[in-house]
Amino acid sequence: MLGVLLVAAFPTFRAFGLKFVTGTQWNPVTDQFGALPYIYGTVVTSTIAIALALPVSLGLALLLNEVRSGWVRNPLTVLVDLLAAIPSVVYGLWGIFVMAPALNTTLEPALGATLGKLPLIGRLFQPTPSAGNMLNAGIILAVMVIPIITAVSREVIATVPRDLREAALSMGATRYEAIKMAVLPYARNGIIGATMLGLGRALGETIAVAMLIGNGLGISSSLLAPGYTIPAVIANEFREAGSTGLHRSSLIALAVILMLIALILAAASRMLVRNTAERFAVKLSEVSTTLEQP
Amino acid sequence: MTTTFTIDRLSAWFGSDQILSDIQMSIRPQSVTAIIGPSGCGKSTLLRCMNRLHEEVRGARVSGGILLDGNDIYAADSDPVDVRREIGMVFQRPNPFPTMTVFENVVAGLKLRGRYPRAMLEERAEKALRSAGLWDEVKDRLGQAGARLSGGQQQRLCIARALANEPEVLLMDEPASALDPISTQQIEDTVMQLKDTVTIVIVTHNMQQAARISDETAFMLREYMDRPSELVEFGDTKLMFTTPHDKRTEAYITGRFG
Amino acid sequence: MSDMTPMHAWRERSVATRKLRSRVFDTFMWLTGVIALVPLVLIISYVLLKGIPALNADFFTQTAPPPGVPGGGLAQAMVGSAMIVGIGIVISVPLGILTAIYLSEYGRGKLASVTRFVAEILLSTPSIVAGAFIWAVVVTAMHSFSAMAGSIALTVLMWPIITRGAEETLRLVPDDLREAALALGVPRWRVILSIVLPTAGPGLFTVVMLSVARGLGETAPILLTALGNDFMNLNPAQPTDAVPLRIYNYAQSPIVAWHDFAWGGAIVLLVVVLTLSIGARILSDRQQRRLR
Repeated sequence: MLGVLLVAAFPTFRAFGLKFVTGTQWNPVTDQFGALPYIYGTVVTSTIAIALALPVSLGLALLLNEVRSGWVRNPLTVLVDLLAAIPSVVYGLWGIFVMAPALNTTLEPALGATLGKLPLIGRLFQPTPSAGNMLNAGIILAVMVIPIITAVSREVIATVPRDLREAALSMGATRYEAIKMAVLPYARNGIIGATMLGLGRALGETIAVAMLIGNGLGISSSLLAPGYTIPAVIANEFREAGSTGLHRSSLIALAVILMLIALILAAASRMLVRNTAERFAVKLSEVSTTLEQP
Repeated sequence: MTTTFTIDRLSAWFGSDQILSDIQMSIRPQSVTAIIGPSGCGKSTLLRCMNRLHEEVRGARVSGGILLDGNDIYAADSDPVDVRREIGMVFQRPNPFPTMTVFENVVAGLKLRGRYPRAMLEERAEKALRSAGLWDEVKDRLGQAGARLSGGQQQRLCIARALANEPEVLLMDEPASALDPISTQQIEDTVMQLKDTVTIVIVTHNMQQAARISDETAFMLREYMDRPSELVEFGDTKLMFTTPHDKRTEAYITGRFG
Repeated sequence: MSDMTPMHAWRERSVATRKLRSRVFDTFMWLTGVIALVPLVLIISYVLLKGIPALNADFFTQTAPPPGVPGGGLAQAMVGSAMIVGIGIVISVPLGILTAIYLSEYGRGKLASVTRFVAEILLSTPSIVAGAFIWAVVVTAMHSFSAMAGSIALTVLMWPIITRGAEETLRLVPDDLREAALALGVPRWRVILSIVLPTAGPGLFTVVMLSVARGLGETAPILLTALGNDFMNLNPAQPTDAVPLRIYNYAQSPIVAWHDFAWGGAIVLLVVVLTLSIGARILSDRQQRRLR
């Protein structure tokens, strides 16, 4: 499949070479195509998503392992799975009409007014957030990615041998200390793998992002400005990309770039998760049941 | 310093299954007390109640009390974290923290309590490793991963780790059962040397081991699965093994079951 | 008890502080549970809130209205979804299950590893890339967007999931069942057909349910291949509409009346997808208990 895509994308690579990756112009009329704005948007929104999702997912995964009552654990697990089952278009719909307006009128102006005034990070939060912006897209991505990171992390954490945790407790450690000392170091690689899986999902997510990111071309340092991601531009422009000119092959070239990144991430994450399991001799199938890229 | 350690009418459950019922025993300080009995007789459960580890498992429950120096560790205002500071444990399978070095493993408990000068930590580590009989073998390898040691060494590392905390009581749950005979011997020697400083309670399924190293022995038996275990006999080791009071003790000791 | 240097520390942490830290952490853990649940609750409630008013007889029977014209519905999208996912299932389920049978019952050699490798690659493919691929190949070849292309794109995404899930389910069937049958002289293919498959049956069904749920919810690949259609279309070679696609378009359109349709579509989609997912989970728990 990669082969076919490469062939279709070839004209673009031949025309621009590696400058395709660094070019910032995207103009079908003049046949100038550069991927950088989309790579930037994809990276930024995914980074926001992971930064927000990781602490929550980690806390949730630990919670699900530490809580003793089945009354809490089971429903919670089911509810997290439900979050994973919601189609991305529904996330996008809710995002457009409920979340974005709410955030645009409350949180984001507040961010602009407070953090926006600070020297360095201020540039991240220039006031007057636009209706579709990268922060919104990042936030909805975070929600979509939480179930994945949580599910895999939870399974990895469950493979930590019980007596390791008990050894820590038996020395007079508090629950938090036992987690820090015995559980997390052991599960660290697997958790990183889980995060990579989530990252892969975030990078490839098309619909919810396209609905919330504003689809504005250009590289802006402010998170409150509109942006554009690779999947979004492919989805929005494929119809107008005639079979002549480089427009079509450029879109496909973008798909190739995305695919490569996704493959590398998936391979790395599989290695990391497997590494935890093998290093400490555990059944892998328990851990891999949730390794998916929707 | 004498520490009194008394089990006072202790009962324990796993869900609706009652394992222990009204166990009463007084552990002699600065000595080795062995708990023996066939599989499933609740000896591990009893041990794990002593440092409040039993209740960590889902569905576990305890009633009654255990008095350390007169203070009930199961009192309402007593925190397991404090209890476990005074009562350490070594587990059946050696479990050094795999991501830590030998040195880090030994001082893990100490580091929890604050930031201490390196020199002091090293002093403590050496003392603990010497007590565990491991110092000579690892003194040049302190920076190596704890998991790289052999099984017997790992277990002595775990003993050192528990000792570094300077607990009053050391609980050992079949510490040599996963080890080869030579390592087992080393563990037993270590236990004998430790008893002057720590009160040791050791669970073992190996009667000869109990006879070799313990001063007092408790024999537990669970005759029927729908009834809790019983503390059949408890007393001086030599006496129990030569002239047991109870018929069941005699049967177990002479190998007729279990 | 110790006769060595006393523990005068540079910085000693009191036990109270440590316990406080642990308690704070506990709070944090619980908080994450709440944080994760809030969007779920909000999304479901808003979808219900805004979607239910949009549901009426017309919604289910009428097709897309022209701009400005009141009335109409999502009928063509629902039929389209059914067709696209239906054809996709017809292709990917037999393919997936056969592959799974091969991998779990026979697969040992080179072909098996290659197959597994391919499945892993497809599994990590972003859905838009799958759509782009089918767009580049099928749509171009046929010179038209079509439901068929959509089904094929969905197959690319669903086949690896079905294969992997089915293989795991088949592996759960205890080996001694197979061996007992083989020992009786039953040929291998018969063992699979009459014993392994029926035992794994509910598990396989679960896998299919989950793939259907997944296929129904996909928008991106269908966008690039089936394109969508305002009118009812039963011809797989023509552009066809699908519910998530409709929602996507309507949600971003300036026509407010169409937003209501989007919410209505969302309810229908959510109900179906969540029912399938929960149903699959219940069935799978029951199956696991059976095989224990």
